[in-house]
Amino acid sequence: MTPPSGPPVQPAAINGRRRRDGGRSTLIALVSTVVFFSLVGWVIVSSSSWPQVQQDFFDGGVFWRSLPEIVGALITNIQLFLIAEVLVLALGLLLAVLRSLPGPVFFPVRLLAIAWADVFRGLPSILIIYLLGFGVSALGIPGLPNDPFFWAVVSLTLVYTAYVSEVYRAGIESIHPSQAAAARSLGLTRAQALRHVVIPQAVRRVIPPLLNDFIGLQKDSVLVSLIGVVEAFRTANIQQEALFNYTPYVALGAVFLVMTLPLTRLTDYLVARDRRRYLAGAR
Amino acid sequence: MTGAPISGGTTPLGPSEVVRIESLSKSFGKLAVLRGIDLAVREHEVVCLIGASGSGKSTLLRCINLLEPIDAGRILMDGADISLPGVDDNKVRRRIGIVFQAFNLFPHMSVLDNVTLGPRRVLRMPRDQAERDATELLARFGLADKRDEYPDRLSGGQQQRVAIVRALAMHPELMLLDEITSALDPELVAEVLSVVRELAAGGMTMIIATHEMGFARDIANRVCFLDAGRILEEGPPSQIFSTPSQPRTRQFLDRVIAAGRM
Repeated sequence: MTPPSGPPVQPAAINGRRRRDGGRSTLIALVSTVVFFSLVGWVIVSSSSWPQVQQDFFDGGVFWRSLPEIVGALITNIQLFLIAEVLVLALGLLLAVLRSLPGPVFFPVRLLAIAWADVFRGLPSILIIYLLGFGVSALGIPGLPNDPFFWAVVSLTLVYTAYVSEVYRAGIESIHPSQAAAARSLGLTRAQALRHVVIPQAVRRVIPPLLNDFIGLQKDSVLVSLIGVVEAFRTANIQQEALFNYTPYVALGAVFLVMTLPLTRLTDYLVARDRRRYLAGAR
Repeated sequence: MTGAPISGGTTPLGPSEVVRIESLSKSFGKLAVLRGIDLAVREHEVVCLIGASGSGKSTLLRCINLLEPIDAGRILMDGADISLPGVDDNKVRRRIGIVFQAFNLFPHMSVLDNVTLGPRRVLRMPRDQAERDATELLARFGLADKRDEYPDRLSGGQQQRVAIVRALAMHPELMLLDEITSALDPELVAEVLSVVRELAAGGMTMIIATHEMGFARDIANRVCFLDAGRILEEGPPSQIFSTPSQPRTRQFLDRVIAAGRM
């Protein structure tokens, strides 16, 4: 009856049943979780080489000693991915729109957009970081900075723009053509229909995959350590070499989880709220 | 029943013709959907298109609104062919309102924003003026209290009435209604049809594709029976519905009556 606008609404009956069985389900989940993780823990700890592994990877003293420096260096990662994310959000949308331009006049523009998406999704990120970070800066073209941080931002932006443009494109294509037709029938231009009707709906729909790509981008920010940016991974690496202990890497992992988990949870919450607003109200 | 000639017809076509379609043809691939349509609609006239599904009613309306490019023929408004390449289709569309079978409201906008989008973005009307106009129109069609709702919170009949108001907000010279009650539950049809009756009473020029024969008989000045992409027969509803001259028209109406739709 209404224009398609997302996955089907959960029937109320399912919620009702879930509520009634809630107490018992929680108990079963709790017991099962405790048993499962106790078992896994026992298998690991009872292994003959566990004491050595524990000493090399889970040294509490090293953990707390290395943590402040790693967190300090993480500022660089955060700066890096925040700048890249803003650029990626804008350029990805631009690329998706360019790729959807109709007519033979825009063929070269479409070709460029397709080439961008194909090349930068097809090459390993680390290769692009190397090539741009060492190769282009070695060219010494006047006006282009030599700063590895700059090339780190450029590399990650190029790669993730390719992914995000595909996400946007899928979102744009998922909006039924009748929406654009309705907008055009009011006299809106193609661009206005895209701007006011298609893109707002498309963006809402692609928030989860968009956030997934951003979590990927945040993690990949450690790759730029390879072209000499001193960030969290490089810092952990320095400490590992100084202390002959791998615990700094575990500390880095913990820091990353602390950073990405709330983001994931927040996204899920936003999506659920949006869905309630647009779908659950029907009838 | 005639579209009373109104003063100041500046077109060289005929007295106060809003649109004139000449030998319009349209194919989708090998399928010829419209095969030489001729139709002129005068100011204040209500023309109903009837015919089986696939006879070309919807395609004809979409062609008039330039949502579908045509293969041959002309569509004239004010004496100018609007179907020529190079004509600014956005300028044409703002003069012609269309309401779709599936409503096609914008689900991410409130009712008010749905209605003001065209006036604000196309006519460059200031927001407060567009909102005043929209509120007035919504009130006229019993939707004042739905102003700030989102489309998904409205019934089908309410959604379709909003879609009509959205088209009206552009103050079109011509309204095209494309089977606007076909997607509605039976009990919601009447509220939408009464809106259309009000428009007709207000003098709106309309071309209506419909399966509601009783409604067509009441409201139309002229009924066109489409069959396989041609207007096979046209005339005042009294004639088409009681003494159709073409056997195909008679067949179609017999089937409609047998289905209890009239």
